[in-house]
Amino acid sequence: MLSKKVKLRFFFYTALLVLIGSIIFFIFKSLEENVVYFYSPTDIYKKSSALDLKIIRIGGLVKENSVNKEGSSINFIITDLKNEIIVSYQGIIPNLFSEGKGVIAEGKLKDKKYFIANKILAKHDENYMPPEVKEALEKSN
Amino acid sequence: MIKNFFPNKILSLSNKFITFLAVLTVFIFFIGVVYALFLSPADYIQGDSVRIMYVHVPSSFIALGCFACLGIASILNLIFKIKFVSLMAKSAAPIGAIFAFISIITGSLWGKPTWGVWWVWDARLTSMLVLLFFYIAYILTWKFFSNFEKANKISSIIAILGSFNLPIIKYSVDWWNTLHQPSSITLTAAPTIHYTMLIPLLIMLIGFIIYSIIIFLMKYKIEVMKFKLNKKKKN
Repeated sequence: MLSKKVKLRFFFYTALLVLIGSIIFFIFKSLEENVVYFYSPTDIYKKSSALDLKIIRIGGLVKENSVNKEGSSINFIITDLKNEIIVSYQGIIPNLFSEGKGVIAEGKLKDKKYFIANKILAKHDENYMPPEVKEALEKSN
Repeated sequence: MIKNFFPNKILSLSNKFITFLAVLTVFIFFIGVVYALFLSPADYIQGDSVRIMYVHVPSSFIALGCFACLGIASILNLIFKIKFVSLMAKSAAPIGAIFAFISIITGSLWGKPTWGVWWVWDARLTSMLVLLFFYIAYILTWKFFSNFEKANKISSIIAILGSFNLPIIKYSVDWWNTLHQPSSITLTAAPTIHYTMLIPLLIMLIGFIIYSIIIFLMKYKIEVMKFKLNKKKKN
């Protein structure tokens, strides 16, 4: 059915595609550090020393009952349910920022436990539902 | 059915069929927009700003799907030397490019009230921008090279290279930490979007798809006519 010419072309281009695919795979593997948009508190816990002076981003959930507002500054804890880190920030907070929800803080590490943020981003998850359904879910839990 | 896309047959595609599709699109969009803007509920976290989703998600879907078609068409063209698929790809590309652009713009408008920023260089957003650049490169190749074979070969290579970006776009939210949230609709798990929002989303998606088909058919007819005219001029 397939002529020899077609078969040859097929194998040539398949090999080319596989080659390009593996090159791109290895590029992304080595760029892993930059492709990741934020570190989790556990990543910080494990790495720490190399990150002290750079501006980095930490993401996770805002720990329940950890938010403390004093005037224009705010303190809260970011947790990934395994490790946590204390964040302090001065400035405007996005509307969707709330306890128990996702957040990404950008700034500098003061030390392994303390992070000074100059930017706060709210991160929302992939769940979409009307408020009534949310209430019904919470009641049944 | 495939024979209908052969250059000889497509020209006989009646304008009545395209008109029918156009009426159908208007009808579906009317239902979709009313459902999306008024009848569907606000989100429990995002409120009414979630309604941008009804344009953003279908646009992203079409932008990705269209480029996948470009990739497949380019492979068919390079390996099996099926000529008319390159005309189909040339016709489809601007559609995908526009929707990639709409996806980025609507995404940005959605990001400001929800995330707090217009743009971040996370994996999902960056790879979508790369997709738009690949679309532009593909379209410009056809415009820049007047020799059909040259334009065909180079644009096919661009499409195949750009296709490697497609799984990166799709899985970026799963493989790496990104600001953009993971997919709500997957093949493997139940949707994490409530059915009162999922239904208008699907209606809008179907409307966008049929609209894209209309534009594609109109463009493809013109490309075939141009191609045949050029062939006649050369002989």
